[in-house]
Amino acid sequence: MPFGNTHNQLKMNYSAEQEYPDLSKHNNHMAKVLTQEMYESLRDKETPSGFTLDDVIQTGVDNPGHPFIMTVGCVAGDEETYEVFKDMLDPIIEDRHGGYKPTDKHKTDLNPDNLQGGDDLDPDYVLSSRVRTGRSIRGFCLPPHCSRGERRGIEKLSIESLSALEGDLNGKYYALKDMTDEEQQQLIDDHFLFDKPVSPLLLASGMGRDWPDGRGIWHNDNKTFLVWVNEEDHLRVISMQKGGNMKEVFHRFCTGLTQIESLFKDKGHEFMWNEHLGYVLTCPSNLGTGLRGGVHVKLPNLSKHEKFGEVLKRLRLQKRGTGGVDTAAVGGVFDISNADRLGFSEVELVQMVVDGVKLLVEMEKHLEKGQSIDDLMPDHK
Amino acid sequence: MANNAALDSRQSAPDWSGCEIKSDCATRAKANYPAAAESIARSDDLIPRTVTSFFCADRVRNAIMPFGNTHNNFKMNFSSDEEFPDLTKHNNHMAKVLTKEMYAKLRDKQTPSGYTLDDVIQTGVDNPGHPFIMTVGCVAGDEETYEVFKDLLDPIISDRHSGYKATDKHRTDLNFENLKGGDLDPEYVLSSRVRTGRSIKGYTLPPHNSRGERRAVEDLSVQALASLDGEFKGKYYPLKSMTDKEQEQLIEDHFLFDKPVSPLLIAAGMARDWPDGRGIWHNEDKTFLVWVNEEDHLRVISMQKGGNMKEVFRRFCVGLQKIEEIFKKNNHGFMWNEHLGYVLTCPSNLGTGLRGGVHVKLPKLSTHAKFEEILTRLRLQKRGTGGVDTASVGGIFDISNTDRLGSSEVEQVQAVVDGVKLMVEMEKKLEKGESIDSMIPAQK
Repeated sequence: MPFGNTHNQLKMNYSAEQEYPDLSKHNNHMAKVLTQEMYESLRDKETPSGFTLDDVIQTGVDNPGHPFIMTVGCVAGDEETYEVFKDMLDPIIEDRHGGYKPTDKHKTDLNPDNLQGGDDLDPDYVLSSRVRTGRSIRGFCLPPHCSRGERRGIEKLSIESLSALEGDLNGKYYALKDMTDEEQQQLIDDHFLFDKPVSPLLLASGMGRDWPDGRGIWHNDNKTFLVWVNEEDHLRVISMQKGGNMKEVFHRFCTGLTQIESLFKDKGHEFMWNEHLGYVLTCPSNLGTGLRGGVHVKLPNLSKHEKFGEVLKRLRLQKRGTGGVDTAAVGGVFDISNADRLGFSEVELVQMVVDGVKLLVEMEKHLEKGQSIDDLMPDHK
Repeated sequence: MANNAALDSRQSAPDWSGCEIKSDCATRAKANYPAAAESIARSDDLIPRTVTSFFCADRVRNAIMPFGNTHNNFKMNFSSDEEFPDLTKHNNHMAKVLTKEMYAKLRDKQTPSGYTLDDVIQTGVDNPGHPFIMTVGCVAGDEETYEVFKDLLDPIISDRHSGYKATDKHRTDLNFENLKGGDLDPEYVLSSRVRTGRSIKGYTLPPHNSRGERRAVEDLSVQALASLDGEFKGKYYPLKSMTDKEQEQLIEDHFLFDKPVSPLLIAAGMARDWPDGRGIWHNEDKTFLVWVNEEDHLRVISMQKGGNMKEVFRRFCVGLQKIEEIFKKNNHGFMWNEHLGYVLTCPSNLGTGLRGGVHVKLPKLSTHAKFEEILTRLRLQKRGTGGVDTASVGGIFDISNTDRLGSSEVEQVQAVVDGVKLMVEMEKKLEKGESIDSMIPAQK
């Protein structure tokens, strides 16, 4: 631990005031929380792998705000980031995750049998259903900070583990750097391919480095279960299919995830998890379950209703465009998903999506018939 | 996860015997860092890193080279093979030179400010190639980069700068009177411009500097520029407090530099904290301009409409020397040495850092079969009128000197002046339907 981060030491020649970022035009979680005093008390610290305060906040300094969403403005470089910089990250986590306290405990529930219903969302409205989460492999640094050697190590482990999956989960890995044009086109058509990050949020935090080295996509033969390797997290695990059978999507999600976890454990590698923060991921917004479960659903009438925003809020759901987090909706089709990540279990979150979307479709049908939806308004969850 | 072998291989303990103020340090350390205080008092070989905050910083810093760059040391857990970048699809100077063996040899080194090999090459790894130009693929984070990583950078410099050897000496000549001629035909030469960069000694460079350093460079620059007068009297516009009106005016004047969008610059870390510490200074006549903290600490530009390159160069030399004097007086000279000349962020700009050029109408010559050959022989290069990453529009080209290192400022601007004069003659001949074969120059 006597090893210092030389560059960080050099900055100590300047006062905290001289180094403190100008956040006057900023509107993100980091900027709301990081005072000059806090900067001063944390600036000389680093994690065992050398991640510093400036590393954590760089993305938030470089990106003052986002038109559609309140961004977090910081990332973790390794598991220890959340401990070493807890003075800053705890308030950010609290603000982002509905008041989650440093003493709170998070529950994990990946038993798909605990989900009620979800197999009967109306496919005339619900075009597709999807559940995703992320996982980090303990012992490795995270995408903002990992070296090529580490990233390749993660890729290798992932390929080995995924190749052991069978049955419905039998599949194949496509390394981004060896992909043929044909494979690439197919993956684009399937909406599977992730591209080099263009989002300045990701680029500023160092996640685009060495692209496409160590990155790839694995999917099963049925194209319903997909794993992204080394994009924004070590692993992103996605279960998806057309139509409204969220129960089946969630079942495959839980089964696949649990199998992958045990395959990694067989090789001596567990996922980063603790009882306070749940699954530890790169972005503080994805702590807990890291789960985003959602549907693409047609709500042309409801989405124009003045209470749409309020309804979503009460249901603890959020809307996005069908291109994902940074996009706007097209043709009245919305991506509706759970707003929470931390403080609720996986089952609870998918339950909210299932119940909430069912209600939203009811409302849409009412509005189609010219009926009021006032008596359908839900209480706040 | 710490690699114990790395811990054990630190250099031997520094020698405290020459330190008269050790007890003072221990006293000061005690207040905030009690563990450090004990350590200093005991003269342990475990030098606490917090000691660098105190005023023997330089001596201690030199003694504490055993302090690694934690992240870089962490990577030593992986073999050189595992860490070596995949450069198979790459075409830049770095990729041509960096072998696995070289990577293995240099990967555990760092400059005094903590800049490592991976830092130097990141931009070249992230950007395999460029459609118009052969990129360098590496940058310096501080003055010492060129020394610590010379095994990589010397061959790159040699390849980029026409065989410039590790033992060669570079000449600086900023005496504008040594330029012959330089008043070019304004019917063809629409504008003339000379730019260079300067780095301020004692600060790390844009890929690596902290906010505190960047702001210090800005403060020094603003002070220095504020003391200029006469034709050089001007005003500083910090990017972050610019009004919309000021911004529009600077765009119209073609003065404003924007947040880098080039992936070459972004991957090298030069856009961090934008727009903090960045700004533009220009004189009232709008003929002399300084960019602060863009790709280099300072970019100095002299420009005007028309073809009077002689005047542009005069103003360039005079202004630059005035600025240098002021910085020197404040104990901050420019980074310069007799081998590399002026030290700048990109190895392609070493030497003079000078790009002197014109926007010139060559619609006929530019479509001639021998255009490229002529440029090569004149040691000139063409760019689009939007700058390095652009294509030309309407037969108007940006023509400038290719060389930076190994020839002086006067020599390089002379090459532009003589070369452009010749090309305008050729254009005129082609307009009249005459051949230019007899005018093709010998290789300079």
